[in-house]
Amino acid sequence: MFNIVIVGVGGQGTLLASKILGVLAMNNGYDVRVSEVHGMSQRGGSVVTYVRISNDQPIYSSIVEQGQADVVLAFENLEAVRALPYMKKEGTMIINTQEILPMPVITGAAQYPANCLERTRDAVKTVELNAVEIAHECGTYKAANVVLMGVLAKSLPFSEEEWKKAITACVKPKFLDVNLMAFDRGYNY
Amino acid sequence: MKQLMLGNEAIARGAWEAGVRVSSAYPGTPSTEINENIANYKEIYSEWAPNEKVAVEVALGAAVSGARSMACMKHVGLNVAADPFFTATYTGVNAGMVVIVADDPGMHSSQNEQDTRLLARASHAPCLDPSNSQECKDFMKLAYEISEEYDTPVIVRLTTRIAHARTLVEVGERVLPELKEYKKDIKKYVSMPANMIGRHKVVEARELRLGEDANTLSVNRIEWADRKVGVVTSGAAYNYVKEAMPNASVLKLGLAYPMPRKLIEEFAAGVETLYVIEDMEPFYEDTIKAWGIPCSGKDKTGVQGELFMHKIEEKFMDAEPVGPMNTTDIPNRPPVLCPGCPHRGLYYVLGKLKLTVCSDIGCYTLGALPPLSGVDTCVCMGASIGMAHGMEKARGAEQAKRTVAVLGDSTFCHSGMTGLLNMAYNRSVGTVIIADNSITGMTGHQNNPANGKDIHGDPTTALDIVKLCEAMGVASVRIVDPFDLKETEKVIKEEVARDGLSVVISRRPCALIIKQTNKPVVNDPDKCVGCGMCLKVGCPAIIKTETGVRIDPTQCVGCGMCTQLCHFGALKAAE
Repeated sequence: MFNIVIVGVGGQGTLLASKILGVLAMNNGYDVRVSEVHGMSQRGGSVVTYVRISNDQPIYSSIVEQGQADVVLAFENLEAVRALPYMKKEGTMIINTQEILPMPVITGAAQYPANCLERTRDAVKTVELNAVEIAHECGTYKAANVVLMGVLAKSLPFSEEEWKKAITACVKPKFLDVNLMAFDRGYNY
Repeated sequence: MKQLMLGNEAIARGAWEAGVRVSSAYPGTPSTEINENIANYKEIYSEWAPNEKVAVEVALGAAVSGARSMACMKHVGLNVAADPFFTATYTGVNAGMVVIVADDPGMHSSQNEQDTRLLARASHAPCLDPSNSQECKDFMKLAYEISEEYDTPVIVRLTTRIAHARTLVEVGERVLPELKEYKKDIKKYVSMPANMIGRHKVVEARELRLGEDANTLSVNRIEWADRKVGVVTSGAAYNYVKEAMPNASVLKLGLAYPMPRKLIEEFAAGVETLYVIEDMEPFYEDTIKAWGIPCSGKDKTGVQGELFMHKIEEKFMDAEPVGPMNTTDIPNRPPVLCPGCPHRGLYYVLGKLKLTVCSDIGCYTLGALPPLSGVDTCVCMGASIGMAHGMEKARGAEQAKRTVAVLGDSTFCHSGMTGLLNMAYNRSVGTVIIADNSITGMTGHQNNPANGKDIHGDPTTALDIVKLCEAMGVASVRIVDPFDLKETEKVIKEEVARDGLSVVISRRPCALIIKQTNKPVVNDPDKCVGCGMCLKVGCPAIIKTETGVRIDPTQCVGCGMCTQLCHFGALKAAE
């Protein structure tokens, strides 16, 4: 059983990441549960997606709860902190080091914490990278999610070839080359 | 061959395999993707209806005429559709009819936590409650069998965590039943009292028969394990129970209503302690207690919010309480109007004019959040108009000059037209603002009767809102561009002052459906005096700094609305 939580801000492309993971696990004979968020919070709010895969015990719940996550993929620094309670003590947080200010900060009603990354590092093992920049170098900043998939690939028992098959199944042919390049950059990070 | 499917996608697949011919729906989270997926099956006629009442009537007409049919909606949609639905259970259906209703415990994207099982009982409709995508698909087939065997519409009730979870599904092929013969049957299909007295007796007998048959129905099953604790459960709660209490015996109810009394009695007799663990209301628990069987559950979980595994461990297994799922000492991130959203200009003007705003259900409800804080009320689809009218009639015409109703184009089509007719008929001098962004936005951009496109995006008749308002007798109908702040302010000022009913159509397409320049607004820090005027509109791209503001180029879509607010020329549209 392997539990993954994907957190970010509505509109950052977290749904594609969970879809790739789901297809990958299914193709390799694993049971899968993916829980998505639709509706109101997609409008720039905090979004959380859960992915649970298993080839040893049955999965019933589609939710990853406190202390259950092996890996958290955080698309944004503040959301990384928000997601800390999900982590297993020995888990890993993969962070796209981007700051997107929430409305209370924009209006001056609250402060964006200065120490998000330190706080996360103090709590769990982290891998930090500017996936947006790396994706931009590959051709589109939108492939940041696939860069993160490349980093995640090293924590999961699937071959590079299987990952690429899953990505091919999930992205539009037009954007396939960019995404495969983004995956490689993450995989070799 | 297995496929990874969203619960809603599996419902659509199940409908297709069961030979459904007609599907009608109004979008609403968490149900929207059902009919979107149905639309991909060319063999099924699908449509967006203006509201859920119409959708259920369409499905009923199709079923009575002999075709398997369905209607889909979120939980509050069934309130709108309750009128036809509560009598459709009397008339019966001929061919199978299923209404899929998606509840939202935890209120991820809804205004209340309403339990559809209660409406199933109140309307005497059977109700199925699946736990994963495979069951979503399989239960659809069963729902049509029950519908035809017992001659009644059937509810398939989902919750957010079932509708929006992807799990593996073994798919099958489509089996298309012949159209059933349609026979005129006045005693059955004409709901006059003399006919329906007889039909109500049929309903009662049918319900007793199904309740009896439910004892052996395959989807109601006992999973015997340790007999110290037994749990009656269903739907998403079943999943959490299986993980939190792996040793407990479980009675899983696939059919939530009517309940299988003998099976429950057998299960209760076989365990030492009986718990009932269910999302939302104590629906099973109350009935089981009424049968004289000791049990408990809701005293531990309460009715608000979702059940999770940890909650069940803590309440029923004496596990240590765990903290909240999120870190709580950091700024929260509420949803916001998107960069470039046309509603932002409208709410800025309404706030400036200090009007009382009766708003409605849609993206524009987000105008209630700081810094716009521009909404006084929001209750249900269409309530903006009725409530603004009520305020006027309670407090006099002067109140109408300080009040507006605001609702979107899709919401106006759904439930606004009758409210506006009421205003015209009853001599209102109020003002209704239709925020027409040419799409049903919040649910993910569905077409609607006012934008001239059908569910497939093909051109169709578009409602002419101006002509409609004029035909109703509205004294003044005007169209403004909400990004022209001066003009919008002028027009709204004039219309609220008018001694007659007026409609202002605030018209500009949703920022997500039109091509933006994506050239960020340019900020000249030398000219910025830090007055904060531009921060009043709550745009996620305008960031407060120590000396003034800066524009976030990854957020700004270049709409340029903010440049109208800067009196010092610090904000300029890109060249």
